[in-house]
Amino acid sequence: MWLKSAGTIQFDWMKRATTADAAGQRSFRTISGRTIDELYTPADVAGLDYQRDLGDPGQFPYTRGIHRTGYRGRLWTMRQFSGFGTPEETNQRYQHLLRAGGTGLSVAFDLPTLMGRDPDHPLSLGEVGKCGVNVTSLADMETLFDGIDLGSITTSMTINSPAAMIFAMYLVVAEKQALRRGSAQGGAWQTLSGTIQNDILKEFIAQKEYIYPPRPSMRLITDIFRFCAAEVPKWNTISVSGYHIREAGATAAQELAFTLRDGVEYVQYGIDAGLDVDTFAPRISFFFNAHSDFFEEIAKYRAARRIWAHVMRDRFKASNPRSLQLRFHTQTAGVSLTAQQPYNNVVRTALQALSAVLGGTQSLHTNSLDEALALPTAEAATLALRTQQIIAHETGVTAEVDPLGGSYFVETLTRDLEDEALAYFDTIDRMGGMVAAIERGYPQREIAESAYAFQQAVESRGQIIVGVNDFVAEDEASIGILYIDDTTAERQIAKLQRLRASRDNGAVRKALDALADGARGEANTMPLLLDAVRAYATIGEMCDALRVVWGEYEETPVI
Amino acid sequence: MGRIRGNSSNLTALPKVRVVIAKPGLDGHDRGARVIARALRDAGMEVIYTGLRQTPEQIVSAALQEDADVIGLSILSGAHMHICPRVVELLGEKGMRDVIVVVGGIIPDVDIPRLNALGIHGIFLPGTPMQDVVEFIRRNARARAESVPSS
Repeated sequence: MWLKSAGTIQFDWMKRATTADAAGQRSFRTISGRTIDELYTPADVAGLDYQRDLGDPGQFPYTRGIHRTGYRGRLWTMRQFSGFGTPEETNQRYQHLLRAGGTGLSVAFDLPTLMGRDPDHPLSLGEVGKCGVNVTSLADMETLFDGIDLGSITTSMTINSPAAMIFAMYLVVAEKQALRRGSAQGGAWQTLSGTIQNDILKEFIAQKEYIYPPRPSMRLITDIFRFCAAEVPKWNTISVSGYHIREAGATAAQELAFTLRDGVEYVQYGIDAGLDVDTFAPRISFFFNAHSDFFEEIAKYRAARRIWAHVMRDRFKASNPRSLQLRFHTQTAGVSLTAQQPYNNVVRTALQALSAVLGGTQSLHTNSLDEALALPTAEAATLALRTQQIIAHETGVTAEVDPLGGSYFVETLTRDLEDEALAYFDTIDRMGGMVAAIERGYPQREIAESAYAFQQAVESRGQIIVGVNDFVAEDEASIGILYIDDTTAERQIAKLQRLRASRDNGAVRKALDALADGARGEANTMPLLLDAVRAYATIGEMCDALRVVWGEYEETPVI
Repeated sequence: MGRIRGNSSNLTALPKVRVVIAKPGLDGHDRGARVIARALRDAGMEVIYTGLRQTPEQIVSAALQEDADVIGLSILSGAHMHICPRVVELLGEKGMRDVIVVVGGIIPDVDIPRLNALGIHGIFLPGTPMQDVVEFIRRNARARAESVPSS
């Protein structure tokens, strides 16, 4: 582990950290490969104008935060992503998380649900309930939120290709709860709050859970914008996501650039669909990754707010301040966690979470220590939540609205990340926008290059990962993990068969035909989906009705 | 399918090991599959990447068509105990038992002996150096690549 050199003890990590590069200069780099200078001084921020470039928190361009009082006014929402197995099992986990002091729910769906397939479809083999909860119809959604008042919590749902179908199920559950209480359905929707991820562009770019081609997929999204502006005004209609882009291997600057450029694309499509920007832009939110490079991540969040404020004001002429304010959820970086020495993941997650808090996140998911091994156990999920509570209540970092504003280093990083992202904006604009860039495979290739470069850095030990390529332990004790058994699939398929036997199949057929007809024409698909959901059409049936009209997307694989 | 050829100028005259890298199931997280495909190519192997959402039937058929020495499966979703036995079974049916199957992804410890029992010994968990995968394939696939005349 160490070697002796000229009478002083040198550990081999010290040797690497001070290795000279080809030019004879000592080189320090971020995890994204950005070179960091030894010291930043007033000269680095000489071009910065406080009012123009930073502003107080709550003031344009919101670099220092969107709220005047920061976390003094209100803490971030501690929103732990969870879901596994059947709706019954996940409902129990939600009740546990709410009792443990969680302040919002975040639903993880399984792959059949995410891909719009029923559990008895051949491609669902082995996947039911494995990566999240299986939700096939309204009946499952009713079970998932049994005993949880949707009017008193906010729910985030990580669902993209079939976002409209799942959202319709949620709306009908809220409607039924309101009717049971004796209040009007419309009232329930007017105050209902939560988020659907609904970000199809990053699926094409990174996560690859797409169904339809890009253009009809964008139509589903603008249908939701229009529907919610009138019917569900407090709902966050899209969570434009950099998380998956980063997990796929992007650098911090690429995550920032592609995510915000996706946001630009959604706004442009909304405007092109005839919507007034200030009716839907305030409900657009973002979702970033909190990776391990502490200051680069903080700078990324600050740059994101500044870029978005400028884009919305200058490019789209938005005037509602809420259209200009970038709100975001953060999840710590799953990709940074290791199967080796899993308890180290608690420490990684805590530091990543702290960067998100210092960057001004509105809500946060902290990963569990067993993320690289399986879905979290209840104990691991609780520890992850406790990590956030310790940051919030013990570290004191919430007392000051923006403790790092004005740091020569952080402000320089913020500006550099902004410049890099805007250069990507220019490239993508020249290609004709993000949909066109995706069709050419541009962001996909950029990310693949970065992913490979990172892996090479790990192999050469230019990038140290504790417990993986250094500080390796020979004998590691294994930890208990959650194992999803195959009875989940059997139970979900049995329920589906009972549903198909008991519902009014004529009404289902009629609703699905109306949905397909609407999709062929110009009708908003949301009311048609709500009708299909009320008739207990399944997710596979609704998605298939649109597959027939729009076809399925297949990417050309690139390495 | 995306085919990439290694740079033949720095290789010896030995036949190239031919590897089909596949993403079975519904999952789209293909970072690992693509990084490994490139690493194997850079190590001088012939790599065929199937792309996403391949059934075991499609994967084995690709391996047959491509005369693959190795099938590499990338599975992160937990579906490995359904997919791997089916791939091995199909290889048996087609008289391709000598094709080496390796798996990378999130595989719980308890499943490793069960995969070994199927004849799958190359199981690569998160954090595995690319070089370990390259060496495993070289060590185990070289004999087959040399015994089968290249088409």
